[in-house]
Amino acid sequence: MTVRDALNSAIDEEMAADPKVFVMGEEVGEYQGAYKVTKGLLQKYGPDRVLDTPITEAGFTGIGVGAAFQGLKPIVEFMTFNFAMQAIDHIINSAAKTYYMSGGQISVPIVFRGPNGAAAGVGAQHSQCFAAWYGSCPGLKVVTPYSAEDARGLLKAAIRDPDPVVFLENELLYGENFPVSSQVRDPNFTLPIGKAKVEREGTDVTITAFSKMVGFALKAADELAKDGIKAEVINLRSIRPLDRETINASVRKTYRLVAVEEGWPQHGVCAEVCASVQEESFDYLDAPIERISGADIPMPYAANLERLALPQIEDIVRAAKRACYRSK
Amino acid sequence: MAASSLASRAVASLSPSISTGASRDDAGSSSVVGFHKRSSAFTGRRVRISSGHGSSAAHGRRSCVVAATAAPVKESPLKIADALVTREEGLELYEDMILGRCFEDMCAQMYYRSKMFGFVHLYNGQEAVSTGFIKSLKKDDYICSTYRDHVHALSKGVPARQVMSELFGKATGCCRGQGGSMHMFSKEHRLLGGFAFIGEGIPVATGAAFNTKYSREVLKDLSVDAVTLAFFGDGTCNNGQFFECLNMAALWKLPIVYVVENNLWAIGMDHFRATSVPEIWKKGEAFGMPGVHVDGMDVLKVREVAKEAIARARRGDGPTLVECETYRYRGHSLADPDELRKPEQKNKYAVRDPIAAFKKYLLENGLASEADLKTIEKKIDEIVEDAVEFADASPLPPRSQLLENVFADPRGFGIGPDGKYRCEDPAFTAGTAEV
Repeated sequence: MTVRDALNSAIDEEMAADPKVFVMGEEVGEYQGAYKVTKGLLQKYGPDRVLDTPITEAGFTGIGVGAAFQGLKPIVEFMTFNFAMQAIDHIINSAAKTYYMSGGQISVPIVFRGPNGAAAGVGAQHSQCFAAWYGSCPGLKVVTPYSAEDARGLLKAAIRDPDPVVFLENELLYGENFPVSSQVRDPNFTLPIGKAKVEREGTDVTITAFSKMVGFALKAADELAKDGIKAEVINLRSIRPLDRETINASVRKTYRLVAVEEGWPQHGVCAEVCASVQEESFDYLDAPIERISGADIPMPYAANLERLALPQIEDIVRAAKRACYRSK
Repeated sequence: MAASSLASRAVASLSPSISTGASRDDAGSSSVVGFHKRSSAFTGRRVRISSGHGSSAAHGRRSCVVAATAAPVKESPLKIADALVTREEGLELYEDMILGRCFEDMCAQMYYRSKMFGFVHLYNGQEAVSTGFIKSLKKDDYICSTYRDHVHALSKGVPARQVMSELFGKATGCCRGQGGSMHMFSKEHRLLGGFAFIGEGIPVATGAAFNTKYSREVLKDLSVDAVTLAFFGDGTCNNGQFFECLNMAALWKLPIVYVVENNLWAIGMDHFRATSVPEIWKKGEAFGMPGVHVDGMDVLKVREVAKEAIARARRGDGPTLVECETYRYRGHSLADPDELRKPEQKNKYAVRDPIAAFKKYLLENGLASEADLKTIEKKIDEIVEDAVEFADASPLPPRSQLLENVFADPRGFGIGPDGKYRCEDPAFTAGTAEV
């Protein structure tokens, strides 16, 4: 199943099961979705439940939040999360904080979803990774699926969740095919929000990653295996709440950590992972924690520069070897 | 009812000079129907049209010569008045406005005694808008406000005790002390906030209206007919979200009324310095909805417009934009020195005090006696005093409340060191766990 189909089927099934679920966003209806994630939904559920909105992120996001205040379950699609910056006031101030500000009266069962992070050659304003920004905000749940199983399970969990969930997809993963079990295809399949997955077990070094970087980390693990380094790859799946438990348990086994993300280094997700491990598993560390992140620059357009600005498999391999004291 | 009838009725009761910005200062209160007698025709006599009750020498008076066309006829103000409000309704409106005023005055006192803190924005002078609109709603209708939300909360039915406790930051507040002055929410009374950013409440209110439409058309629940009111100020009308929502509300014919409380000032920014086209009501038409201007210092006029706009929304005919000309007697907030507003302007609106005007109306039209009104004032005094005592005596939120209400699904706090969800640890909810 491709990630795109996983997302589409998850939304479809949840809309069929609960009439309060509806989709809104730009081009989600007649255009079949800017990235075809909502393909076929307009035809199936009609324009009352699949709303093509005008280009008014602040307005329609706020409308979604206001509808969620009343118990409806909107799935607000942002064409990319870069555009959500025009709506970030509502994501944070009206959605994330309202349950707290109202003293527990009004919950906000809304999902904000869309592609996040770099694509290919789309330039600086279309390539930012927002995981760290949303991940720092209490009241939000932030998830980052990698595989089709992640996409289906986490999106269903997000739609059913009574709190606001920021669902960060990746455009380059939409077309990727993953094997899925019949359990994953079940309409009631959900994954718990807040639990990471050990994608690959190992003993020598822990590599944490999320979204597209999980694929890179797995390939890096293959490379490292050739040199006799058995890497354990953790797919974070959830940025908030962060599964510190799984990360620390792994580090206490391997004694070394490489944290990988596509976004900017300062105050990134990896910074939080490092802080957590340093606080909880300091005595277990045999080497300083390695961080691999995107370059500290706005994303350049030129293809070769873009490649240099993003973590590549060789960067992860190099960092892992460094952590294992097998290179400079 | 067509757009034009709403507009024409309201405009008919206004002085024509209101439609251009610069002359607003001269307009005075000639638009107040029923508050003073007007004789219609005299033979060849110079007639003085007073510029309002209790006009001060500063404005001067206008005079004109009226030619007689028929025998002198005296209008009876009672004919109009009787149609507008019953004694019962009148007393309800009066009580609500007095509650708003008294409560806000008490807030100022409490603030200066340090019982209330942070940002506090008072509503003095604007009571006619809150009362006129909210008292025309049903219990199931929604309102959404800004940081100037105490009186909206009270008009909607949130008990004074709960509002005062919230302002004192006590656990018995309507939001358990977690919201504060700018974030009043009440699920029971359908108050959707309480927002600090101007313009933020407008899309949220539009979403509540969307819910009515969705409930009726998709969930097929025709018992849902809630109308939503969005309250916001003149400064907000230059904000992008305002226009985005006018567009979508008209496009999808949402059951909402956008109520602009134009008090001419956004903190220290004069409306005319900030706005290219100061007539906010005109902007409704650009988006396909009626735009109405009403005298926001006259509770009966506001109520009339409110009833029509709310009925229009409830019928399914879509949104209305209502601009209420009003004024705040105090500064933007209790921290605002209010140095930019000129005394002439303040005085001009001070004499148009909606409470004094309505009191006069009730008395002159025999709808209430002085004793009736005094009884109400005394009752409200007691309610507000009681609210203060209650708030004072209420406990502060306990430490365990700090981490509560972040998530409706508390597993959002993640997994603890013991591998179980943090919220399953009793120490977490007692406030003694380390997080």
